[in-house]
Amino acid sequence: MADKVFIAFQNNADAQPLINAILSDNPAAVLSESPGMVKIDCPARLVVRRASIEAQLGRDFDLQEIHLNLISIGGNIDEDDDQFVLSWQS
Amino acid sequence: MSIEIKTTSIEPLRRTFDHIAEKLGGDKPASRYQEAVWGLQPALNFHYRPTWDQSYALYDQRRTAIAMRDFDDLIDPRQYYYGTWTMQRGRQQDSQERNFEFVEKRDLLASLDATWRDKITHFVLPIRHVAWAANTNNAYICAYGYGAPVTSAAGMHMMDELGVAQYLSRTGLMLGDNSTALLDSAKLAWMQSDMWQPLRALVETSMVTQDWFELFVLQNLLIDGMVHPLVFERFDARIIAHGGAVFSMLSEFMVDWYAESSRWVDAVLKIAAAESSANRERLESWISHWLPQVGAALTPLAEFALDGDGVAVVAELDGELRARIGRLALQV
Repeated sequence: MADKVFIAFQNNADAQPLINAILSDNPAAVLSESPGMVKIDCPARLVVRRASIEAQLGRDFDLQEIHLNLISIGGNIDEDDDQFVLSWQS
Repeated sequence: MSIEIKTTSIEPLRRTFDHIAEKLGGDKPASRYQEAVWGLQPALNFHYRPTWDQSYALYDQRRTAIAMRDFDDLIDPRQYYYGTWTMQRGRQQDSQERNFEFVEKRDLLASLDATWRDKITHFVLPIRHVAWAANTNNAYICAYGYGAPVTSAAGMHMMDELGVAQYLSRTGLMLGDNSTALLDSAKLAWMQSDMWQPLRALVETSMVTQDWFELFVLQNLLIDGMVHPLVFERFDARIIAHGGAVFSMLSEFMVDWYAESSRWVDAVLKIAAAESSANRERLESWISHWLPQVGAALTPLAEFALDGDGVAVVAELDGELRARIGRLALQV
């Protein structure tokens, strides 16, 4: 259990660029869809990169905007302006 | 009584429209932008030719020398459709409006000395006529172009250019204490002053350019690509050094908008150039034909605005624009 981190978003049009960016930045990530929600599981470490989201979105993006569609996360957070990283720190 | 709560998962039968799935190469979730622009161009059932030009169909790919397998490839990296574009411009207008109010309330324009007031009147205000021509030119691209991604973006670009012209007009009104005197004298300069005639001639030539893609290159890449940096960067830096920071407040929108819309212009050209070597050569020949003319037309204006440094600054701007064009994998 503790070897996997996850992030879950509402499954809507606004979250789609985030999901695409996360999946392309984390090749090991696995997407599972539930009604109204998508959950992305990833072994060890998952990174959400601002630059990738901006490329998907075609505009400037403040990483804090992910909270608008964020449902839940599992993992310790390490965040700055450019990336949001989930991992389990020992 | 016991209530059993359970969830039922309903798998959507399809993620997007068939024509979008075809373009995406599979039934994947599509963005609103993709659904808003792809496949929107009317292409079928126009069996009657327009009476005003029998040599072309109403919507005809042959109206430009640029050939694309699919004009829907010319997408906008900003992903603007009506909703996203109006929200973005609405926000920008709110902030620009506050700038105007601030300047008006503190009467900041009163602190400008006569030299710079004169330069704004005779160098900056006539740019509203250039912006209006850009508005008309983009209306032409929107009307005669092919493929909704580029024509719809040109439609929005058209309104943006009108916004630029209007902000300049407002600056003129504020500077002239709500009289149109300064705008009138700016118009007179545009029509009669020697230094404006080369640019005016070029702008009028652009307005009778037939090929919409050539017009796109001339107007959106070359004319705007030289005029905006000259007025809103170089002249702006000069006037700030002479106590005219108020000018930057009144032209903040233009600076942001130019940086933003350049991404669209560059992306369209990059995609068209990557399509085929024929396209690339065509674009290169248009650019090498028009670019020196734009520089030459701006030189007398830059000389006036920048006190004799005009030639050097125009050469610099030309170099910067060539570097930008080089990044699009075009060689000129």
